[in-house]
Amino acid sequence: MGKVIVVTSGKGGVGKTTSSAALGAALAQRNEKVAVVDFDVGLRNLDLVMGAERRVVYDIVNVINGDAKLPQALIRDKRLDTLFLLPASQTRDKDALTEEGVERVIAELKKYFDWVICDSPAGIEKGATLAMRHADVAVVVTNPEVSSVRDSDRIIGMLDSKTLKAENGERMEKHLLLTRYDSNRAERGDMLKVDDVLEILSIPLLGIVPESMDVLKASNVGAPVTLADTRSAPAQAYFEAARRLAGEAIPVTIPGEKRGIFGKLFGRKAA
Amino acid sequence: MTKVLTDARSIRIKGRSFLAVVLSPDLPLDQWLVRLDDLASRSAGFFLDRPVVLDVSELSIKKAELKQLIDDLAERKVRIMGIEGARPSQLTPEMPPAMKGGKPAADVEVTARESDPEAEAESEAVEQTPIKQVEAQQIRAITQSLVIDEPVRSGQSIIFPEGDITIVGSVASGAEVIAGGSIHIYGTLRGRAMAGSIGNTNARIFCRRLEAELIAIDGIYKMAEDMDSSLRGHAVQLSLEGDTIMADILF
Repeated sequence: MGKVIVVTSGKGGVGKTTSSAALGAALAQRNEKVAVVDFDVGLRNLDLVMGAERRVVYDIVNVINGDAKLPQALIRDKRLDTLFLLPASQTRDKDALTEEGVERVIAELKKYFDWVICDSPAGIEKGATLAMRHADVAVVVTNPEVSSVRDSDRIIGMLDSKTLKAENGERMEKHLLLTRYDSNRAERGDMLKVDDVLEILSIPLLGIVPESMDVLKASNVGAPVTLADTRSAPAQAYFEAARRLAGEAIPVTIPGEKRGIFGKLFGRKAA
Repeated sequence: MTKVLTDARSIRIKGRSFLAVVLSPDLPLDQWLVRLDDLASRSAGFFLDRPVVLDVSELSIKKAELKQLIDDLAERKVRIMGIEGARPSQLTPEMPPAMKGGKPAADVEVTARESDPEAEAESEAVEQTPIKQVEAQQIRAITQSLVIDEPVRSGQSIIFPEGDITIVGSVASGAEVIAGGSIHIYGTLRGRAMAGSIGNTNARIFCRRLEAELIAIDGIYKMAEDMDSSLRGHAVQLSLEGDTIMADILF
């Protein structure tokens, strides 16, 4: 049975979709079967970031409504055999998702894939709650600024109360992924420091992704940053985060500071 | 000659209140004693370890009769700690002291356990005799507490009108904690904390680090901008003095 990861944040524009695609591609490069599911019905973007926008025939709403079978809707990545995308519908809205439908789709995906990555929409409404509902692990994407941190805090509260795991009295495993981190601005005090964010959110750190033009470039060419330029700093950060998700204990390096020996070793291996 | 006080320390005399059981016998005394025996047989050990006051204000008896009554009670293992409502002429120095100024409390219920005579073993009966003491219950209610072992997240609200709240973790911006008693936060208070919400002026708020948006005690509140900026970031205790919230930096 695969692991279900929800990538969530509360606030929009912090990098959920970028991170979902990048983590998906990074895990798939470990030869593990990965499905990335877009829950942002009505505002789908994941297909663009993964370069599959012209290959979408059926989507998650079709699968939920029974118009299409799951294998028909899944799109295999052209570069990685083990990476699949289940796109969202662009012409519908979040109400098209039903709780039973989502449960059925997730259960089926878990049978075939090692990882099911749910890209949550922004907000705390139906789309976001359904994306987190069946998750085993949550990746909370946060930018180092106060409004993003507060929204993430709200989402962590919901992960601890509104998910199936929480309702069964279990603890949801939560990880913080700090994105768009600029060490110079953090040093000047224009941004929250890593320690401040960790102190407020008090969940373990999965990784720090530096602010970089490489992320934008990758999006524009329709490739996850971990496929477009594997040697770039954000790609390295996502590779490390993926290894931590898979259970490896490697220390987190703060971008701008000297990179640890593990980062160097891994950098060579991935290239 | 004046006495020279060599030790400057004075003896501290404190007041304390206990809840006593009051027995009010009526005439004729022998019949009352029979009813007392009956009560004692149904609830063995009820008078053991319990302060008992004898109220004789409704009883017109002589000194000798009162002495006999005390002896009769002693025979039944009921020890009298004081006598209420007795005339000075009724009392002798050997008798328990006269007591005044008692405040009425709720009736003490003695439940019958006739159905199961074997279970009336003394020790068990003492344990199981349910006693309804309104005052004691109120005291217990106030000391009730709720302990939360994780941070209180933005958007969450913890409401506990029954007593104190202790949070081992931080209270996030946009979260609120409302307690009938005091609030103890072993972390940073960034959200709102409202103590003494059911009208408890003695309630306090403690936090390891004050960054609060709003604090309130017994309905009197202070916004972040009204707070002394020197308190920010410190371990602080907040209490109410009259209609003013007082803050002390701890440590």
